[in-house]
Amino acid sequence: MNNKRKKRLLFIILLVSGVAISATLALQSFNENLMYFYPPSDIKAGKAPVDHLFRVGGLVVENSLKRENDSLTLEFLLTDQANTIKVRYTGILPDLFREGQGIIARGKLDAKGVFIAEEVLAKHDENYMPPEVADSLKSNHNKVSNDS
Amino acid sequence: MTPDIGQLALIFALLMAVYQAILPMVSSFKGFQAGIATARYLASGQFIFLCISFACLTYAFLTDDFSVKYVASTSNLSLPVLYKISGVWGAHEGSLLLWALILSLWTVAVCLFSRDLPAVYLARVISVMGFISVGFLIFLLALSNPFEKLPFTPADGRSLNPLLQDPGLAIHPPMLYMGYVGFCVAFAFAISALISGKIDALWVRWVRPWTNIAWCFLTIGITLGSWWAYYELGWGGWWFWDPVENASLLPWLVGTALIHSLAVTEKRGAFKSWTVLLAISSFSLSLLGTFLVRSGVLTSVHAFATDPSRGLYILCFLIIVVGTSFLLYAWRSPSLKSESGFHFISRETGLLVNNIFLVTIAACVLLGTLYPLILDALDAGKISVGPPYFNAVIVPIALGMFAVMAIGFSLRWKNDSFSRIFKRIRILLVFALIAGLVLPSLWLSSYNVYSSIGLTLASLIALVAVTTIYQQKKSYSQISGSVWGASIAHIGMAITIAGISITAVYSHEKDIRLSYGENYEMAGYSFKLIDVTQHAEKNYQASTGLVEVFQKGQLIAQMKPEKRVYDIQNNPMTEAAIDAGFFRDLFVALGEPLGASSWSLRIYHKPFIRWIWLGALLMALGAAIAVADRRYRKTAART
Repeated sequence: MNNKRKKRLLFIILLVSGVAISATLALQSFNENLMYFYPPSDIKAGKAPVDHLFRVGGLVVENSLKRENDSLTLEFLLTDQANTIKVRYTGILPDLFREGQGIIARGKLDAKGVFIAEEVLAKHDENYMPPEVADSLKSNHNKVSNDS
Repeated sequence: MTPDIGQLALIFALLMAVYQAILPMVSSFKGFQAGIATARYLASGQFIFLCISFACLTYAFLTDDFSVKYVASTSNLSLPVLYKISGVWGAHEGSLLLWALILSLWTVAVCLFSRDLPAVYLARVISVMGFISVGFLIFLLALSNPFEKLPFTPADGRSLNPLLQDPGLAIHPPMLYMGYVGFCVAFAFAISALISGKIDALWVRWVRPWTNIAWCFLTIGITLGSWWAYYELGWGGWWFWDPVENASLLPWLVGTALIHSLAVTEKRGAFKSWTVLLAISSFSLSLLGTFLVRSGVLTSVHAFATDPSRGLYILCFLIIVVGTSFLLYAWRSPSLKSESGFHFISRETGLLVNNIFLVTIAACVLLGTLYPLILDALDAGKISVGPPYFNAVIVPIALGMFAVMAIGFSLRWKNDSFSRIFKRIRILLVFALIAGLVLPSLWLSSYNVYSSIGLTLASLIALVAVTTIYQQKKSYSQISGSVWGASIAHIGMAITIAGISITAVYSHEKDIRLSYGENYEMAGYSFKLIDVTQHAEKNYQASTGLVEVFQKGQLIAQMKPEKRVYDIQNNPMTEAAIDAGFFRDLFVALGEPLGASSWSLRIYHKPFIRWIWLGALLMALGAAIAVADRRYRKTAART
């Protein structure tokens, strides 16, 4: 192999290994950082992961919002019309958080089955329903009408 | 009456575009001179009709013509005039009309400034742009007509989303679209090059200024968007890895790669087919961005189902454009031969590595943006890919790129040596290490590896760029525009990197409950909530807080964060108060009332955050200065 070819080969090896490393890096952190969505019913059924961040969504139950008196910690109930879970959050709720409306929360389950939210999301449109929430509400509605 | 004229003008514009797409292209193959010459006139005609159409829609907004469905759904009697005008592009239909108008503006600009271009070549470029225009105008007329009438005229409109009632956002979409659509010029030139099978230095000199201008606008557009999200959404962040943001970042990344690859093609006649591929890709990603943002696919793949025809149309158009150009590329690109080789250590290699980094970053962003959509479309589960993914992947790759960026800028074309580079940068490296390693430990509260690497590389990039100007050994006026432009853009990037390195690590953020008269200490500042008062404005009700900020016992700022409830849409809105400074921003947002005399507040201390946007604006300025390079004017003056 002459010198020029050797250099070219070295170059290609560097290139390929660089791309391979970044691809591995990307795919690995991709797998670690994917967040799945679960409606309250799936959580009650034990389908949600323990010790891993995920997202939950549903309607905030009317009159369920309770604040602690001296901190920013609050609790509310989240329902998909079939099952209900308790969500605890410390911080400021988004502008469009209202009881009776659809929200999505990101966080983990604690040992007692309370969802400890790191972030609560409500979209900037009063008519907007997070699509995941709309879907899970729809499927529960169908289930209920089939049962009866 | 006016809306009907607007509608009619839109139809005429479509007719012009159809002729523009077909006639010059066919004539260019048949050698039919009269047909080739029509390109200019058809493009101008289309532009005039689109201007009329756009003017009619603006008139309908200004005169509150609520018989037009689009006006009724995005405007309102009490809306201030500025937002009536920006309301024209405040929603789907109008923003597409703006897209078409800007595309037409670019086409006319190409006609005006490319007089020395061979007529056949110009005809093909104009034709390709005409084809894109046809696609958008059919979409406008058939599926998202801004002039659609309501069966009855409502007394008042539904009003513009309060979030969009902001001067920054009024000019954000036009800037962004100027960038998106601007890549269409490079795309059209690339397609024409593939058809003729030839790329020479002259071709690159035509393409480079257009690409720079488009990139300049896109940079400003993205910066405005980031700045707007910072102060208007009340979250205090500057980048959220939101799919809409990613949609604008993708063409920017590939466009940046294109600018650098074009440099190699012009100077050395190498990377030709790679340059063409990047030109096609950057515009394809612009189209993809438009598709993602405008089809409703982002709220949900299933929201697609509420108006499947729109999403389906853009998807088909995207497939036709991207598919045709890649087929053409596969068929013709082997005829584009590089004219020169280069050694392992050379500026060519540096720029090649830069391109690989940029394209890799773009691929990672694309994966994180599209994968959830694809999975959802296949009903394989609902997932979201959040900032942790993007930060984990992109930060290390970007740091690698910045390292190459610093060294690469000092490399020579064709053949260079490590020893020369080392001699050139060793003193600068010492300074950079001091700035990155020593200064932060003296001056910032704690030590962070990523931040330190970021600051070192930023300093090195800036120092190399500044010394490049000195090394020219010419008077400032003799240094070419492209050297000035590149140096300024690199200094801008360095400032942005420095800003990100500090803000991302050393910001303080706290949600806090405060009663009237109570204070909270953060980063040497004391925030005291005085009170919150209620008052009514023209189209909203507001609660305004008064927060006094003290530093070492001195009152340094009175901040007035607001909570607004708009009358028409009844949406609450947070207007954060920001005390801006060159070295730090203080940010206070009102949360919600907790009892009679206490509120929840969000308080941030953001050091160096302005540097992010300041650097981005310098990058845009650099791109603009490079366009003014004499050698581009020379080609224009030849005729």
